[in-house]
Amino acid sequence: MSTAVRDAAAPKYRVRKHDQSWWASLPWIGPALALILAIVVFPAGYMIYNSTRKISQVGTDLESVGLKNFATVFADPALPRILINTFFWVIIVVLLTVVISLALAQFLNKPFPGRTLVRMAVIVPWAASVVMTTTLFYYAMDPNYGLFNKFLVDLGVLEEGFGWTKNAVPAIAVSIVVAVFVSIPFTTYTILAGLQAVPDETLEAAKMDGAGRWRTYFSVILPQLRSALAVSVLINIINVFNNLPILRVMTGSIPGNDADTLMTYIFKVLQFDRRLDLSSALSVVNFAIVLVIVAIYVKTVKPMQEV
Amino acid sequence: MALLTTEDRAPRKVVISRMAVGLIVAAVFLIPYVTMFIGSLKTQSEILSIPPSYMPRDGFQFSNYASMWDTPETPVPYNLISTIVISVCATLLVLLVATPAAYFTARFRFPGKMVFMFLVIVTQMLQPAVLTAGLFKQMLAWNLHDTWVAMILINAAFNLAFAVWIMHSFFAGVPKSIDEAAQIDGAGKLRVLFTINLPLVWPGIVTAVIFTFVTCWNEFAASLVILSTAENQPLSVALTKFVGQYATAWQYVFGVSIVAIVPVIILFALIEKRLIGGLSAGAVK
Repeated sequence: MSTAVRDAAAPKYRVRKHDQSWWASLPWIGPALALILAIVVFPAGYMIYNSTRKISQVGTDLESVGLKNFATVFADPALPRILINTFFWVIIVVLLTVVISLALAQFLNKPFPGRTLVRMAVIVPWAASVVMTTTLFYYAMDPNYGLFNKFLVDLGVLEEGFGWTKNAVPAIAVSIVVAVFVSIPFTTYTILAGLQAVPDETLEAAKMDGAGRWRTYFSVILPQLRSALAVSVLINIINVFNNLPILRVMTGSIPGNDADTLMTYIFKVLQFDRRLDLSSALSVVNFAIVLVIVAIYVKTVKPMQEV
Repeated sequence: MALLTTEDRAPRKVVISRMAVGLIVAAVFLIPYVTMFIGSLKTQSEILSIPPSYMPRDGFQFSNYASMWDTPETPVPYNLISTIVISVCATLLVLLVATPAAYFTARFRFPGKMVFMFLVIVTQMLQPAVLTAGLFKQMLAWNLHDTWVAMILINAAFNLAFAVWIMHSFFAGVPKSIDEAAQIDGAGKLRVLFTINLPLVWPGIVTAVIFTFVTCWNEFAASLVILSTAENQPLSVALTKFVGQYATAWQYVFGVSIVAIVPVIILFALIEKRLIGGLSAGAVK
């Protein structure tokens, strides 16, 4: 839009900045606001409060301890390893998901008989709960009775069944595969939606100019997918960062914290140590990291101009 | 051959290779669930046999689908009812609360609108898992611990943002002049919303409803912490009860999973075409 047009239109809006008073808006947005305040904002505040308290193992609030819980959490020798795990977990899963989904969406955008059925097949991991999919992989990766292991042996890839979920590194590797597998459907569909918005004329024009396939993809199609990618990357970062079931099922039987991310660790502290105060402090750290990632991301990529 | 003609008039060879790739893609995404289904039809001793077999040797045990409802590990009928009650009520609550908010924010400018939209975005970035420690203590304090009501509220609150976001975009796509014409004719805001806007934006509402429903149906982290009584737990949590330290009743894990997955696949199948349209209008603007 040229500045001239914008200037001509602007004064009209400046005169009437609001066309509804706050009390007229209350019946419309009030219920939504109440729900967000009661179930999202309040527990967030309550969690921050709990992180400064000493709470007994049965949940009784004993006394204020200031920032002592945070000191305990940061002095925890397991924490560095957990943070490094979390970092690689998020980066690798999101990167693989986006690259595979870009290729898959490109393919599913081409017409061929049976395409609808293939698209439906790609949706299935989205429809299935992550717990169920992960449990299946956990079973199939068992060294003795797991079918995927047997398949790898039958193919000659492995000599004998391998205990994927018995040690930290292979267990995280398998978890990454599962996380990518369950993240692909949403990402692919979001990119497919973005591809629908690429005008045919642009592609025709690129063809006329003699641009090759890859050239067309990188300089014509990919820039058009910017907002679709921005949204799906953001949602994937949040989902993967906060993912509990995959690592909990896959690495839950591994003793120690070598395979833990921040999220699985928070749950271990809450469920096994029954330390609500410490897990609150960890949750606050986790919450702060999520907010920082989101803020940086929104600031640099601007994925949501619309809302 | 007419079967192999496509919109972009690709040569037959290209179309056949696309179909071949499509077959491989479909196989990759379906194999885990086919494995799940076949596993649900094996006997417990067979599913734990070493080495395992791809197909059941003792015949398909369809009886597993009858016996899984009555097991010592978890009361599956109650778990199914819990899942249904929590998901349906949470979805209805989201619809009830998000529709007016989305309509109003898409149509009018009012003091505090930016604050409200900011809250919606922040909520969108959060998941129950991030706040479980807070939610757990809050539900204890409010005496809602271990109740359906707690999970309905939690599911509704955390899915509200996405629903508002999607519906907001759809309402914004309806020209304002249509509303104004109706208002001149003397229709109130509520009537304008119901008789004029809702019929136009229903694809957006369907998308929002299905997204919400699926997320609630599969929610795990908060249910795990909030719901401690076996009868109250949804299927996603109940499943993990079959996974024992020494022996796991895999055939039941898989049977229950299949029962939980099929309705959701049917829902997705109904809106497959609309899903892309809904996403492009809602998320990908």
